[in-house]
Formats: sequence, C-alpha cells, structure tokens
Amino acid sequence: MATASSTTTAASAASPMQHRSQLSDKTIQRLFILPTLILLITWNVVPLFSSLFLAFTHYSHSGMAAPVWIGTQNFSTLLANDTVWHSFAVTGKYALLSVSLQAIVGFALAMILHEKFKGSGLLTTLILVPMMLSPVVVGLFWKLIYNPLYGIFGLLPRSFPVMLEKQPMWSVVITDVWMWSPFVMLLCLSGLRAIPDYLYEAAEIDRASAWQQFWKITLPSVMPLLMLAILFRTIEAIKAFDLVMGLTGGGPGNATETVSVGLFRMVFQGQPRTGLASALGYMVLIVIIGISNVYIWYLNRIKES
Amino acid sequence: MAIAPARAESFAATGPAEPVVESVRVDQIMPQAKATKKARMILAVITAIVMLIPVYWMATTAIKPRPDAVSAPPKIFFTPSLDGFIGLFFDRSQIAPGELEKYKERTDLSFVEQQALIRGMKILGPSKYVGRLVNSVIISFTSTALAVFLGLLAAYAFSRYEIPGENDWLFFILSTRMLPPVVVTIPIFLWYRALGLYDTHFGMILLYTAFNLSFAVWLLKGFIDEIPKEYEEAALVDGYSRMQAFRKIVLPQCVTGIAATAVFSLIFSWNEYAFALMLTGDKARTAPPSIPSMLGVGGIEWGSIAAGSLLFLIPVVIVTFALRNYLLRGVTFGAIRQ
Repeated sequence: MATASSTTTAASAASPMQHRSQLSDKTIQRLFILPTLILLITWNVVPLFSSLFLAFTHYSHSGMAAPVWIGTQNFSTLLANDTVWHSFAVTGKYALLSVSLQAIVGFALAMILHEKFKGSGLLTTLILVPMMLSPVVVGLFWKLIYNPLYGIFGLLPRSFPVMLEKQPMWSVVITDVWMWSPFVMLLCLSGLRAIPDYLYEAAEIDRASAWQQFWKITLPSVMPLLMLAILFRTIEAIKAFDLVMGLTGGGPGNATETVSVGLFRMVFQGQPRTGLASALGYMVLIVIIGISNVYIWYLNRIKES
Repeated sequence: MAIAPARAESFAATGPAEPVVESVRVDQIMPQAKATKKARMILAVITAIVMLIPVYWMATTAIKPRPDAVSAPPKIFFTPSLDGFIGLFFDRSQIAPGELEKYKERTDLSFVEQQALIRGMKILGPSKYVGRLVNSVIISFTSTALAVFLGLLAAYAFSRYEIPGENDWLFFILSTRMLPPVVVTIPIFLWYRALGLYDTHFGMILLYTAFNLSFAVWLLKGFIDEIPKEYEEAALVDGYSRMQAFRKIVLPQCVTGIAATAVFSLIFSWNEYAFALMLTGDKARTAPPSIPSMLGVGGIEWGSIAAGSLLFLIPVVIVTFALRNYLLRGVTFGAIRQ
C-alpha cells in the first residue's frame, strides 16, 4: 500500500495538472464507504439489536414504564397462542399457493414470449407493468374489482362466488399472482434467452422429441433463475403486508391475517404489546433466514450437477 | 472464409440480393413452426389483455361520473367526467336543497366548482391528499438523490479497491433488504419518537435513504464493474488525481446506470407503504397510506380512490417503458445483467 501511494504521489508531483494536495487511496476508500455503512448500520443493525433486547422484555410503548426483562417468556407466550399459529398458517398457505402459481404462470409466460415476434417487446413490457406498481394501491383497486356489485365480477352471473367474503385467501393469492408472475417471467426469459441454439440443433439431429428437449434442455437451463425468482418471491410472501392491508386489511375476521399484519395490529392497534411483537418479529426473521438457507443450499446443488 | 473471386461473383449473381446476416433454421420456417408461432402470438396478446384488464378497470372508474362508478351492474359505456379527480383533490359537501338554486345563479364559479355543481356539491377547499402528494414528492426525490450519491461513492470504492472483507460487507448490505420492515420498524418508531423524528420529513428521508442505499450500491457496483479499469489507470498516469479520474472518467461512463438506479429508488420510495404507515401521522404522511384511508369518509368514494391510484400509476407505467432494458437488473439487485 505504502509503495503504491508513494508512486501515485510521485506521478502527480510530476504532473502540471495537479493543483492541490491529493487524497490518499486509503482516505478515499474510507470517505466513500463509511457514510453508507454508518447509515445502514444505524437504520438496520441497531434496530435489529434493540428489537432483540425488546423481544426478551415486557414492554408497551404507550405507557411510561420501562421495559422489564422477562427472559424467554414472550416466546413461550407466542408459541402457546393459537392466533399466532393461525397467522403463521395463513402466511405459509399464502406463500405456498401464490409462489407456486407465480412460478407456473411466470414460466409459462416466458415460454410464450421468449421467441421474438413483431410486437413481442411491447407486450413483454406491458405485462411487466403490474410488478412496478405500489402493492397497497394494487390491493385497493383489486378490492374494487372483486366488489360483487360494481366490480368486474358484477358482470358475471350471480352464482359466481363472492370472492372477497367467501374466498378471501384466494382473492389475495390471485391478486398477488397477477402482480408478481411478471417478475418470474422476467427472470425466466433471461434464462431462456441464454440457451444457445446449437443445443436444440444437436437434439434435433439426435431426433429428440419436443417434450424431451423441454425436459433435458429448456428446464435445466432455466432452473437456476427460476429458483432465484422463487427465493425472492418466497421471502417477499413471508413478509406480505402492503397488498394484504390494501385488499383485506387481514380480514374478514382474521382470515387473511399474515404474520406481518398480525404484528402491525399487535403494535399499532389497541393496547400496544411492543415486547411481544418484537419477539414475533424475530420468529419471522428466523423463518426467513432458515428458508433462504435451504434454497441457497438447493441452488448450489443444482449448479454443481 | 476466403472464397475464390470467381465463385464469389457467381454467388452474387444467383444468391440473395442482400447478404444473409443470420442463419435461418429450417425447422423454423416449416409450416408447423409458423403455426406455433402464430399460436404463441395470439396467446401473448390474450395474456397481455388479461393482465391489463384490472388496470383498465381502475382507469375507467377514475373517469366515470360519480353515480356510474358505483352502479350495479357496472357500466361499460359512460361519458367521462372529472368527478373522481375533484373528489381526490378537493373536500366537497352537498349543497342544501334550498340554497341550490341561489348557488346555481352565481356566475363567479370556477371550472372545478361548476363541475362539482353538476353533482349538487360545493368545494370547501383542497383535500388532505394534495399535501400528502407533496410530501411523497419531497421525501422520495430527496432520499433518492442522497441514496444515489452515497451509493455511487460506496459502489466505486467496492468496485475499484481491494477492501478487506469486501464480500461480507456487500452481503451485509444486501441482507438489510431481506429484513421484514415490521421487525425494524418497532425500534425505529421508538427512537424516532424519543428524538422527535416521528412524523417528520427529515426522519422519513433518512429512513428511505438507508432503505434505498443497499439497492443503489449493488446496482451501481454492477454498472461501474463494466467500465474498464484501464481508462482510469491511463488517466492516473496522465496526472489525474483519483477524484478527478472518478469525476471525469467514471461518472460520464455510468450516467445510464445512475439514471436507472435513481428511477428504481424513486419508484421504491414512491410506492413504500409500511414505514410510512407506521412512522408518520398527519404532517409527513405520504400518499400510499392515505389512499386507503379515503375509504371511511362519507361512504366509499371509489371514483376518488381510482383517481388517486391512476395518478400514482401513470408515472410508474412511463418509467417501466423507459427502463425496460434495465428491469431485470433492477429487480435482481444487479445480480443478473442482460
């Protein structure tokens, strides 16, 4: 490092363009990286540790009382609580249904659109619009669409199920699939476009059927990207908040109350149970880390084979 | 491929008039392949239409006259009106039947008031939504500028220097985006309240900057990695300082990257809901958490909600088209570049 900086100083000393003393590389590194790290640590790591502390305390932010250390009691309370299990079950079901449907629909869309034709670029971009929208706004206007009287479903025969009231979970899932299938499609498209033509040509020469080509060439090539898309979407689905709040607010009753919505209700509605909510937040975090690790392990295994 | 001149000439005489740039696979011009292609096209068009029906529904609801927005069964044909937008931007009240005639005779009514009068309503003043839209603009633009500036510096350092534990730091930066917002919001809410940052523009700007920064670093690092190091090295040899090389060589080369990053950050903060809902009250509240709260006031004003959503959506649609070549990069944190 010392030699490197001395050579640059020597070079600059010789140059006529040098007007002021030069910052050393080390200083530039620090100057450039530190603000980012400080900001990220203050807004992410510090809250994470305070949250961890709060998770082991009895605390409600509405009162004047300071947090009281109660050990793991919050966690045992949560694990014994049926509502918590219910919200985890809702989240799991929602994540499973919407992510698997998104994977199927997104992949199918990619298969339809990957060979270019006139206007395919425009269509692809149009299909990508939903994922750029604000989830809460999407939730809201789908609420209008699902309205049995003046929504789109008002055009259908009366016998059609009243979506939001009778099938709240499916309503949320359908909206989520509408919004995020394009994301899966986008990733799959890049996978499909990276497959070299000669693989199919070789398969053609070997008289492989279209079906065989799909299973032996197309699917394995797209798999890593599809898995990445599924990982991203699973994490987002476990965090599901905005869309559900806009569409159902967790209702009717608590039929669509995901963990995040439950957490929000715990802290910001009624008597705040801040300590308990922090513990629940940590449980969500652990689930996300666990699932990500399983995915990454699986992804690496695909890459090896 | 050296072809003897004579043969090349004979090719020129008998072959296609223009040079064949790409090879054509026989299986792609067979009738069957053509039929499949047509089927694909039709499927693609149908899918695009299905995907856009909800957006269309919302857009039409926004410009329907107030009674038509909530008619059952829904009206497909209607005369466009500004009712939704007027409801969004102005507080209105029903004019009492006795006063209606007198009010109608007034000649000093503005265009908006005349429009409201069609529904027998008068304008009380601008609605809260206007202020919230202004908040959204202030907060998202300032935080984007900050995030892109800081992200650019960090991305440059990570791209050009050997930094001890570089991969760990980068992974840490990425992992901050995986946290569920509700987990970090509780402590942030507590110390914002203690420091007086709750419900302030400043607090929200700092939070959104931190939120967008991780993304900005990753995306910009990808763009800077693509600029050959040799350009700067040459500049350094010519006597530029590091800072000069950064300003005069690197910056102009990654203008596109900066623009793409800025637009993505802008959309993220523009769309953000969870933090805004939990960390703002009335003063610094942005638009996304206030659109749902329009529900309660005097029945559900679907027209106004649709109008609010439409206004939110138009810039995003424009941006999607402008960014279409960078979307993949943007949504995968620059991990996939194509």
